[in-house]
Amino acid sequence: MGKFAIETRGLKKSFGKTHAVAGVDLAVSAGGVYGVLGPNGAGKTTTIRMLATLLRPDAGEAQVLGYDVVRDARSVRSRVGLTGQFASVDEDLTGAENLLLLARLLGYSRRRGRERAADLLDAFGLAEAADRQVKKYSGGMRRRIDIAASLVVTPELIFLDEPTAGLDPRSRNQVWEIVRGMVAEGTTVLLTTQYLDEADQLADRIAVIDRGKVIAEGSSGQLKASVGAGSLHVRLRAPEQRAEAERVLAGVLEVPAEPSADPAALSARISGPERVARSLAELSRSGIDVTEFALGQPSLDQVFLALTGHAAEETPKEDAT
Amino acid sequence: MNATSAEQASAPVTEDALRSVLAGERPSSPGPVLTSLTFGWRALLKIKHVPEQLVDVTMFPIMFTLMFTYLLGGALAGSTQEYLQFLLPGILVQANVMITMNTGITLNTDIQKGVFDRFRSLPVWRPSPLVGALLGDVMRYSIGSAIVITLGLVLGFRPEGGAVGVVLSVVLLLVFSFCLSWLWTMLSLILRTPNSVAGVSMMVMFPLTFVSNIFVDPKTMPGWMQAVVEVNPITHLATVVRGLMHGSVPAGEIGWVLASSVLLVAVFGPITMVLYRNKK
Repeated sequence: MGKFAIETRGLKKSFGKTHAVAGVDLAVSAGGVYGVLGPNGAGKTTTIRMLATLLRPDAGEAQVLGYDVVRDARSVRSRVGLTGQFASVDEDLTGAENLLLLARLLGYSRRRGRERAADLLDAFGLAEAADRQVKKYSGGMRRRIDIAASLVVTPELIFLDEPTAGLDPRSRNQVWEIVRGMVAEGTTVLLTTQYLDEADQLADRIAVIDRGKVIAEGSSGQLKASVGAGSLHVRLRAPEQRAEAERVLAGVLEVPAEPSADPAALSARISGPERVARSLAELSRSGIDVTEFALGQPSLDQVFLALTGHAAEETPKEDAT
Repeated sequence: MNATSAEQASAPVTEDALRSVLAGERPSSPGPVLTSLTFGWRALLKIKHVPEQLVDVTMFPIMFTLMFTYLLGGALAGSTQEYLQFLLPGILVQANVMITMNTGITLNTDIQKGVFDRFRSLPVWRPSPLVGALLGDVMRYSIGSAIVITLGLVLGFRPEGGAVGVVLSVVLLLVFSFCLSWLWTMLSLILRTPNSVAGVSMMVMFPLTFVSNIFVDPKTMPGWMQAVVEVNPITHLATVVRGLMHGSVPAGEIGWVLASSVLLVAVFGPITMVLYRNKK
């Protein structure tokens, strides 16, 4: 196996006139989490489907764990796990039946398959729901059984396509814990997400995809540095003091402060948190009362704005079927 | 409601448990027969969990047998009893052929729901999910056949070929139905929704079963239609089933049915697999 768990060069896929993936180059090291960040329709799912051998690239090359996704598709399939909106479990069957089905297909004997299914259900906190049909699971349970289904045989690499989309914060944290646990055991994880904070929390490196192309790549620190650390939002007790507050903030932060739509609020881009405390102290020394202040991480929108000059708008949604 | 309470009750993922499951073994890949049978097992599990899906193999044949026997029997054959002797083997054929449609609808639903992509991402013999689904369907055909034959016997159908003839004809019918199903698997990979699969299947199915010798002897039809009936594989299948049930063994016709079965798989099997491999 080469140096990289995943390596692609000029990967392309079009559906009719839509260039879903328009030349993606990736180099993902083994171990750790690699995040693919982008809005709906950016080409994330299409890229993963090609890497997981479900879709044949129109052009370009992709190697997964050292195997070509077209020529050695079966070698890839036997080493990777896959979870996402497009690789799901059978809703009519129970959780235990789904896992036993996969265990049998992957070569477990009936007895060992049953044990394996029970172990996985235990590990994912689904033991009590083992004999219930998956369609009766809650969103969080559903996502956990989906992930468990791709771990029936421990994969060297797992693809997680938007693993926390639509989950409540508690279930999202559980999925994050699972991802961290898998990484600790040496599995490489490639995950796609629309949320910058998710990529920030989990990923060692991040590729930002827009309109089928990688537009930025690096650690989350590097990406943020390219956008600025975020912004400071301040709300004043007296709206008439806003002009003065603008001057004070601009003086300390050395960037222009911008009035918000709210007549008592204003915000400023910041390069780091160091000056924030000083700017607040300065406001209070000038006799300006602050009722609210918040430090915002740059949002995906801001990252996109900074990187592409356009917002992360919805391009036509990619067809996941 | 239930789901959420269980979720809160059970301790979620623990690190130790996760570690131990991730240290799992890596068994060697099973062969094509085992994986196909495993997918067949899945189809049976689905029947267990969703018994409503058996409506088409139970109600449909019962309805057709009763309707046609009593509606047309007197007019076509002089008496319902006499017509039943002619009609029942034909209705058996029609019921089975109609039931095959379900294969395509089920497969298309799987594709919509993303279950199929999970299967496609597994390192197993590629046709096995399809073959397994079709094996599961053989179970449905058997149930449908049993219902039609039982109902027939109750109504007064007396097969002169005895149990052997009946069993042989059903076996042949299952073989043909299994082969015909590949037409629907192909369709389900081309069409977008389960509804359109059902629609197109009906459009093929109605002329195929009605323009045959299932309901009437083709002698009274105009010449051009007789020609169509003569090349319709359903006609030959009905002739064979009728023959076997009534004690004659039409060897040439059996050959015809087996040949068309092989042809169906030989044509639609590979097309299905190409579509399956390149499915978007």
